[in-house]
Amino acid sequence: MSKLSYAKAMNKALAGQLEADPAVCVFGEDVGAGLAGLTLGLQERFGPRRVVDTPLSEQAFASLGTGAALAGMRPVIEFQIPSLLFLTFEQIANQAHKISLMTGGQASVPVTYVVPGSGSREGWAGQHSDHPYSLFAHVGVKTVVPATPSDAYGLLTAAIRDDDPTVVFAPAGAMAVREDVTWELGPVPLGEARVRREGADVTVVAVGHLIYDALAVAEELADEVSVEVFDPRTLFPFDWPALDRSLARTGRLVVIDDSNRSCGIGAEILATAAEEMRLTAPPKRVTRPDGAVLPFALGLDRALQPSREQLRHAIRAVMK
Amino acid sequence: MTTPHEPGPAPLIGTAPLIGTAPDLRTAADRYRRMRLIRGFEELALSLVKSGVIVGGTHPYIGQEAVAVGVCAALRSDDLITSTHRGHGHVLAKGADPKRMLAELAGRATGLNRGRGGSMHAADFSRGILGANGIVGAGAPIAAGAAWAGVRQGSDRIAVSFFGDGALNQGVLLETLNLAAIWRLPVLFVCENNGYATTLSAAAAVAGSALGRAAAFGIPAETVDGMDAEAVLAASISAAERARAGGGPGFVECRTYRFENHHTRDRAFRLAYRSAEEVAAWRERDPLKLASTLISEDERAAIDAEVARILAEAREFAEASPAPDPAGACDHLYADGLRPRAGAVP
Repeated sequence: MSKLSYAKAMNKALAGQLEADPAVCVFGEDVGAGLAGLTLGLQERFGPRRVVDTPLSEQAFASLGTGAALAGMRPVIEFQIPSLLFLTFEQIANQAHKISLMTGGQASVPVTYVVPGSGSREGWAGQHSDHPYSLFAHVGVKTVVPATPSDAYGLLTAAIRDDDPTVVFAPAGAMAVREDVTWELGPVPLGEARVRREGADVTVVAVGHLIYDALAVAEELADEVSVEVFDPRTLFPFDWPALDRSLARTGRLVVIDDSNRSCGIGAEILATAAEEMRLTAPPKRVTRPDGAVLPFALGLDRALQPSREQLRHAIRAVMK
Repeated sequence: MTTPHEPGPAPLIGTAPLIGTAPDLRTAADRYRRMRLIRGFEELALSLVKSGVIVGGTHPYIGQEAVAVGVCAALRSDDLITSTHRGHGHVLAKGADPKRMLAELAGRATGLNRGRGGSMHAADFSRGILGANGIVGAGAPIAAGAAWAGVRQGSDRIAVSFFGDGALNQGVLLETLNLAAIWRLPVLFVCENNGYATTLSAAAAVAGSALGRAAAFGIPAETVDGMDAEAVLAASISAAERARAGGGPGFVECRTYRFENHHTRDRAFRLAYRSAEEVAAWRERDPLKLASTLISEDERAAIDAEVARILAEAREFAEASPAPDPAGACDHLYADGLRPRAGAVP
């Protein structure tokens, strides 16, 4: 039985799509060398015209992908660090995302943006440790945060095949995960959540790598409370019907989310549950602080990230 | 969760054999006709802004017609363009239907973009018009990407990026010049230098020059009289055919002038950033006057009458067209027909 690593899963997904569709191509910095692991070996296999090393011109190559997409290609664009999404927010949110609507449906922009190693990598400080998935969910760009290697494979595959711009966040906190895969890997549809652990008392929505913390805490508290761990997988479009089904069973909600607190996806999940779903206790969320900028020193970096300790408290609070 | 989506655009990849001038802009009379159409269209748009038929205003192209027509005359029908906030001229020059263009400006369901784009986002993919753009310089990398795709697809079509002097100071344009040069992309960069980025003069805003920008990236460039469609055409043919033959990008700076304000809204402000003498001097060099010297007086009169008819029909079409159904305000947001949640829950 082989253990599939997260980076290898993404690599397989990319290779599979490059193989399957001549319109698929890759742009990014150091993609030829495969620095981030995602594209390792792909330039040798598919050539430098399909796996294209770009100069350090993120804004230009982000929109170059849009132009190529408008002319029939299906580009995948790798950004080495999550903060580059701030730099290219104009190209993604204001250009690629709006073209379908603004042209009255004349055109679509099938571009996939991938960030291998989003969120804190520990010790990379203020400008390399962001996790801005909520921004993209807010503007309505399709946004996925795979937690496991097989989901990374499946969601990246689905994102590349999707006809709209999609951002794939591969959390640094999940990239060390290896998974026993005994089934044939396949695409995972965008917009479908997955219950990682069934439970009766409280639903913990955990985003990306935080499912591992949620699963550990659920196990730890198993004698005390029955925790359901809900992995949304796609943040936009969010699988609201699945959350509704989970809350119909549990009636209690905790969200653990690596966003800053204000206007993060956790806020949206709580608001929607409060407005539209069955809750028997006030919900809780565990997030980064408002406006967090991760400081360098390891203790400071970790102090601002959602923790198991905070999650335990939140679960106990909603159970009271 | 999903609703049926209307069919997407026809495939862009064409193989039109014609090299050189666009089939419908082959003669000086053709070019005069298109310039007259743009001028008349823009004047009509001004009056429709005033009367409230067009909401939100426009960025009038009046004075710059020779640039759009001169460049587009050098293109094939399968070549692609990206345009600017002042884009009506480019869109019409590349062959969009004036009726549907005017309907778009008026926010009608029959518009090019079904009323979803308006003046600043007009697009017609069936004509290779990838869209006007509300952000200065933003169309350049999109054109470069379309050009890159053409090479990948084995096509010899080219892409044109229209932009103004204001874009010369946008980082993304400079990044794009670099990418186009290192990858020898078939892109024609057309700098429409009308002397002002809104109210700031190019003299005050641009260090170095447009040609200096191109030269820094090793891109062949020339400056032409942007009031003379024939001069623009000659420079564009040379750059376009070089790009088409694999010679990499070209850059043409067209010195031109907008006769109107930056935006229709500015009419109310009586802004004093340009002297009356300066405007009058440029108006003396009206590109339509110049183009009309190449055809007979009879021909000119016949064309003017023909254009007037076309515009009257366009106006009638736009005004008679229905507004889009507000229930469909989120239609086309996603290619797969995904319906976002509504803003209020019953």
